[in-house]
Amino acid sequence: MSWRWLEQHPYTWGFVGRVLIKAIVLLVLVNVAYALLQPMAWLGQLGVYGWLVPYRERLPFGERPEAYNLSTHNLETLFSTHVVNRPKASDEFRVFLIGDSATWGILQTPEQTIGGTLNALNLTTIDGKRVVAYNLGYPTLAVLKDLLLLDYALRYAPDAIVWLVTLESLPRAQQLTTPLVARNVSRVVPLVQAYGIALSVQEPTLSLIDKTLVGQRRELADWLRLQWLGGAWATTGIDQYFGAYVPPSNDFEADITWQGLSEGVLDDELLAWDVLQAGKQRVGKLPLLFVNEPIFIADGENSALRYNFWYPRWAYDAYRAMFTQLSTLEGWQTLDLWDSVPAREFTDSPVHTTAQGSAIVAQALAEWLTR
Amino acid sequence: MDIAQILIFLLATAIYALVVPPKWRAWLLLLMSLLSIYWLQPTLNIRWLDYSLPTVTVLLSVVGWYWTRPPDATALTRRDIWTLIVVLGVLLLLTLTRYVEVPPQLQLTSRPPEWFSVLFGAGLALVAAWFMRRVASQAVVWLGMVCIVLLFVIIKTEALSVVAAQVLRGQAGQNPQLASALDLNWLGFSYVAFRLLHTLRDRQTNLLPPMDLRTYLTFVIFFPAYVAGPIDRAERFQKDYDALLSLKGLDAQRITTGVTRVLIGMFKKFVIADSLALFALNSTLADAALSTSALWVMLYAYALRLFFDFSGYSDIAIGIGLLFGIRLPENFDRPYTKQNITAFWQSWHMSLSNWVRFYVFTPLSRTLLRNKRKPSNEVIMLVCHLTTMLVMGLWHGVGWSFAVWGMWHGAGLWVHKLWSDRTRKWYRQLQEKPRQKRIWSFFTWFLTLHYVVLGWVWFALPSFDAGTRTLLRLFGGTP
Repeated sequence: MSWRWLEQHPYTWGFVGRVLIKAIVLLVLVNVAYALLQPMAWLGQLGVYGWLVPYRERLPFGERPEAYNLSTHNLETLFSTHVVNRPKASDEFRVFLIGDSATWGILQTPEQTIGGTLNALNLTTIDGKRVVAYNLGYPTLAVLKDLLLLDYALRYAPDAIVWLVTLESLPRAQQLTTPLVARNVSRVVPLVQAYGIALSVQEPTLSLIDKTLVGQRRELADWLRLQWLGGAWATTGIDQYFGAYVPPSNDFEADITWQGLSEGVLDDELLAWDVLQAGKQRVGKLPLLFVNEPIFIADGENSALRYNFWYPRWAYDAYRAMFTQLSTLEGWQTLDLWDSVPAREFTDSPVHTTAQGSAIVAQALAEWLTR
Repeated sequence: MDIAQILIFLLATAIYALVVPPKWRAWLLLLMSLLSIYWLQPTLNIRWLDYSLPTVTVLLSVVGWYWTRPPDATALTRRDIWTLIVVLGVLLLLTLTRYVEVPPQLQLTSRPPEWFSVLFGAGLALVAAWFMRRVASQAVVWLGMVCIVLLFVIIKTEALSVVAAQVLRGQAGQNPQLASALDLNWLGFSYVAFRLLHTLRDRQTNLLPPMDLRTYLTFVIFFPAYVAGPIDRAERFQKDYDALLSLKGLDAQRITTGVTRVLIGMFKKFVIADSLALFALNSTLADAALSTSALWVMLYAYALRLFFDFSGYSDIAIGIGLLFGIRLPENFDRPYTKQNITAFWQSWHMSLSNWVRFYVFTPLSRTLLRNKRKPSNEVIMLVCHLTTMLVMGLWHGVGWSFAVWGMWHGAGLWVHKLWSDRTRKWYRQLQEKPRQKRIWSFFTWFLTLHYVVLGWVWFALPSFDAGTRTLLRLFGGTP
């Protein structure tokens, strides 16, 4: 670069002062305009995905640069990158998979996830439509987060919903603290109020600073970065960092507490079943299948007390009993796959499976979808 | 340098401009350079090494100065003695963190060695240097150059680095089996070595002006250019350094230019280059590329990333240098817009390419041309271009891939030389045909750019095999 343009200009302190004043005025004006226009609402829906780079197979999530992915909490941005934006074909039977990291597919490529495996099966429904599964799982444990995503995803015209849950997603106390929910309270409040969910949450009040470019710089930066990462996604197909991991422990201490609770004290009130009920009401007449997702079942020391690192047997058994009872009462369609995947097919947590584990789940879902 | 370090340097420039009296400026630059080379040196796995390596840099520089003094130089001046006191004072002061509790933010190195071992080692090195010059004042210059080249080869050759790391680990009482080349991450040595070689060689040819120790030492370890250049020339540096006394502290022209240059450099480095780094070609991504076009995207991203990263760093260094009153040489001049490979090398890493032209190409071509049984001019040019670019390649690291990269460019420069020698008349005629000239200009730009970009394959990938494989894949071949 030739620097004559910079060095030949005569500078005085008066010039520097004028530039600084103009810069400050411009900064204020841009921030005020940003606060008035709130561009993230529509900006989030725009981007390079779908025309310049291919859509992502799952919602963006990741904290490491090697993953070519990042976690953002703006739903418009999240969904604008996803393949669910593709126009729906007339012969398509659109199935949305909602759930946690096991559904999203930690340590799996997009093709190895439950959704990817389902698509590889090339299923058709009894009326001849192609079953196309969309992975809308998101790696945090809270069913309210799933409801939030489900509520947003309904605009993409699904034909059926599969909602995979596990006990760890249900504690009422953690529903509002998961980041995606905490950053989207204004979307959560109407759901809580409309379906009478027993959670105390109030509409947030944003200060003027919160609405400015400075206040929302993180959201805007995430959007920009996600567009940029589209290039890396397009050239490599990588959307996750596959590092070394520690397999789930097979041996445990003789501790049978779960989330600080002693045996026998788990009751309906502690678990957010009403979020699942809200989900069922929200989808209306759409077919909805609740799936109790597979867990790692240990056979080592103290495995008579615990199924795995997460679940003491008493708590998990109580959860399953409640799930069955509620499903019967509400007339839900359910699939209990808790012990369907062998222990060797789990990776780094009691619910993350290998590609083979996902294939087992997908096969079970295929039977329901083609019935 | 990271953003925090750059901001601290900018803060220091404000103090420099506002508070420091003119007569203390040169001293402050020396002191800041001394402290910075410890501060910038990354922590290393071998005990004391992140203290020892900058210390060796300082001692090499002091010895370099002593050995490059003119043969008729008299005794040390008062300023030289004070400089020596300041240098030894800093070396010993830094060892105090071994004995006194210092907040981690203020620690420039991890735990240093005992003060008396530093004093003994430094004293021994200086006395040995003094004695050797007394014995053979001309031979020590050769000895100095050989030692620096040897050190350079050890640092840049992975196998030798590992052996050296094993020895150092053994001496520090650590497990030699854990040795790796990363143990010897000697920050800035590549640039220090070239500055030292330049002064030693210029002493032999009597081109080096007399310099006092303070000037020489600040020149070699000048902190803005310590990490990534540019490689300045001593006589040019001295001119600015001597003018520090008359430098206007609050000069709007200098400060605006310097700050703007730093900000542009930071944008190039931390925004553009770091963003491109996400999908710039590397060994992992080369294997992950989904298609040939994806591989090309990665290669272009690498080429742009390299330019923005390196030229951004140069801008930051030049900007900070300017704020302190030292104008470092330019390093880049729109290299990817050039229409031939010779012009590319006159605009890419200019301070390094000038260095190798002065100290490798010119002496070698002169020697070959003076040879009584000299080969043809074409052969001489081929040998000179290949040797020069091989040196340039190996400067980045001793390995086949850098050697191939150097030869690639050497061959390109030679072919261009032959072509331009044979097409001068035709080219003059082309100037009168604007449309054809435009088409030809576009073609030569495209060809030059892609010759350079394809050359980066060898630079980006760590092995010869990976480079060959990727090059084949870029043209649709299968690995």
